[in-house]
Amino acid sequence: MAKRLMKGNEAIGEAAIAAGAPNYFAYPITPQSEVAEYLCWRLPEVDGVFVQAESEVAVGNMLFGASASGKRVFTTSSSPGISLMQETISYMAGAHLPVVFVNIMRGGPGLGGILPAQSDYFQATKGGGHGDYRIIVLAPSSVQEAVDMMLWAFDLAEKYLTPVMLIGDGMIGQMMESVEFPDKYREENNPDEIEWALTGAKGRKARICKSLFLNPEQLEENSFLLAEKYKKIKKAERRCELYNVKDDNKIIITSYGTMARICQTAIDELEGEGVSVGLFRPITLFPYPEEELYAEGSKKNIKCVLSVEMSTGQMVEDVERIMKGKKKIDFFGRTGGVVPSPDEVKDKVRKILRIKK
Amino acid sequence: MTSSPTLIFKRPDAMSENVTHYCPGCTHGVIHRLVAESLDELGLRDRAVGVAPVGCSVLIYNYFNVDFLEAPHGRAPALATGFKRVRPDMIVFTYQGDGDLASIGMGEIVHAANRGEKFTTIFVNNAIYGMTGGQMAPTTMPNQRTTTSPAGRDVNKAGFPIRMSEMLSTLKTPSYIARVGVFTPMHIINAKKAIKKAFRLQMEGKCFSMVEVLSTCPTNWGINPIESTKWVKTDMEPYFPLGVFSDPERGDD
Amino acid sequence: MAQQNEVVFAGFGGQGIMTAGQLLAYTAMEEGKHVCWIPSYGPEMRGGTANCTVVVSDKRIGSPIINHPYSACVFNRPSLEKFGGLIKKDGLLLINSSLIDVSSERDDLTEYLIPVNDIAVKVGNPKVANIIMLAAYIEMTGIIKFKSLKNMLTKKLGKKKDLLEINYSALEEGRKLAKKLVK
Repeated sequence: MAKRLMKGNEAIGEAAIAAGAPNYFAYPITPQSEVAEYLCWRLPEVDGVFVQAESEVAVGNMLFGASASGKRVFTTSSSPGISLMQETISYMAGAHLPVVFVNIMRGGPGLGGILPAQSDYFQATKGGGHGDYRIIVLAPSSVQEAVDMMLWAFDLAEKYLTPVMLIGDGMIGQMMESVEFPDKYREENNPDEIEWALTGAKGRKARICKSLFLNPEQLEENSFLLAEKYKKIKKAERRCELYNVKDDNKIIITSYGTMARICQTAIDELEGEGVSVGLFRPITLFPYPEEELYAEGSKKNIKCVLSVEMSTGQMVEDVERIMKGKKKIDFFGRTGGVVPSPDEVKDKVRKILRIKK
Repeated sequence: MTSSPTLIFKRPDAMSENVTHYCPGCTHGVIHRLVAESLDELGLRDRAVGVAPVGCSVLIYNYFNVDFLEAPHGRAPALATGFKRVRPDMIVFTYQGDGDLASIGMGEIVHAANRGEKFTTIFVNNAIYGMTGGQMAPTTMPNQRTTTSPAGRDVNKAGFPIRMSEMLSTLKTPSYIARVGVFTPMHIINAKKAIKKAFRLQMEGKCFSMVEVLSTCPTNWGINPIESTKWVKTDMEPYFPLGVFSDPERGDD
Repeated sequence: MAQQNEVVFAGFGGQGIMTAGQLLAYTAMEEGKHVCWIPSYGPEMRGGTANCTVVVSDKRIGSPIINHPYSACVFNRPSLEKFGGLIKKDGLLLINSSLIDVSSERDDLTEYLIPVNDIAVKVGNPKVANIIMLAAYIEMTGIIKFKSLKNMLTKKLGKKKDLLEINYSALEEGRKLAKKLVK
């Protein structure tokens, strides 16, 4: 299909249609309201469902209800809105329901700001709501990758019957890049072919979709079932990308999303100065590509693993855990909507290597 | 030719054979049955989806032969909205108590009604939080004693009981909203009519429908079941008058 | 090293700043290049300066955030003050001299004064000032082919014949002036 120049926010909306998920419930919040502004006219064209809800709490729960029908459903929001949806994410994880959430992250905590940030890493990857659960977390670094990931996200959600979250920052949502969509859009699910969907108890026992287990043994069983699921996900779905990883790297940077692209530019420029740095970009944040990071980070030539984030240091805690004290771990981050520049990343690398400018 | 006995009363198909956990004298069981009979009579059981609340009727799905979703506290109207929007061909209903609907779920019910979502809500008002142990509800009567208003509801601090049916019927969006009781056989017959009509209107794709049912809670009210039905009549009904507040077929919207 | 060009378009809201950037990005994409268009967003969308950055490259684009762009086209004085000092050494700065009566006072870059508003009025529509600037920029940098931009305008404005004619004139005027200035 021909290339199109699209804003990340709009491309994400179109990608959901391509994924056979023309069912969108949302509440406006900067910096991703363009998704709703796009889908409010685009979805009627494909006989989809568009509902502007009264709150993010309602959005989450509309998704909960709609997902139980067996159809593919999704929403997009930004940090404060995603916090309000945590209630439902916990319920849907417990009830084993597929759904896709997109968080176009902005600075927090609280109302924070509206500019790009990556400060929801903990919330996304460690559960977010109450209870013993995780969700799959994907981190696109370009508009095209966001589109490809949307298609993948719905498949993952259905394969594992779990909520999946795409986390991008405001930059991914706002920038325009060239993007391609599949030639053939996926058809919507037929609920009658889905064994868990609520379709009416016709000629079968009634189905119940719930996360309530008053019997502790049953609740424990459900929690173990979830834990088993996460084990499978960790085994099969880890994704990462390496950039400029070579035997003469002195430092390996870990960074995701837009931040990874900024690091890529810094790495190119450092290479020109004779400083060799590699980039490890996790594409899935849960499951984190742990074995891959350990393999790259523990190589003999590596002096330091540097986590660069648009936060005060969140992913770095996972990096420390994964590297098990094998190498020096360092961190560089800006936050609150301040996006680190390639120059700042370069300065940090030089500082670690004690190179004078 | 042998004559077989004529069946004159049976368990509705929409109800399961499970024994309910409700306290003696509680009218949840009666209301469940009215919903089940309505589904049976309209032939809706096998394309119905119920949404359970949080509260005493949290386990309602055990007593029905109907597909069910279990909602977070107060959110049933949002779940029903989501389901009905993607499956408009199915029949969706929520079953909610007064804490669920009139307190934590106030936002969801108001906006679902205002959007005119084509589902049915059965709103069970017994003026108290039952499952959590008899705390004050938004519908608790003035001076009524509860575990969080031991001296009686102080309207200067807690405000007056919220009349949901009246409030929702002020919305311009067409709807069917009625308040009924189940404290005498005559009231039960009328309640059934209202519930059945609510489902029929949904079947016809007409409007949002809600039937508020005045119910009892002998356990948490601290009086016996007979006294409880009397109390609904003498203390609740004057404040929560029965009647139809909004009806698309009456042409008053 | 791969070729990468970055340009900031900056001015008041309503000067067609975002459109100019998008036209460049669309056209470069059609030519098979990697492109990235980034707006400023948020409260500054209203009243203050509007700006966008376009990155055009032969290879996958790294940082979408460009702190020191190679070039800038500034349409009003606040934009000159904001971006004039950020442009890379040996970069290119185009100043709308219809509305800006000062220069950047930098001697380490190439600077041209182009009265795009005055030319636009001469062409017959003050709204095409952005097109005149874009044409001049393309002529000076060769970042995309002039013909490709013309084709893109034809595609975008197709049915609006009058508007198309004025835009064609704007393109030609911008190009003519750029040729004269560079000489």
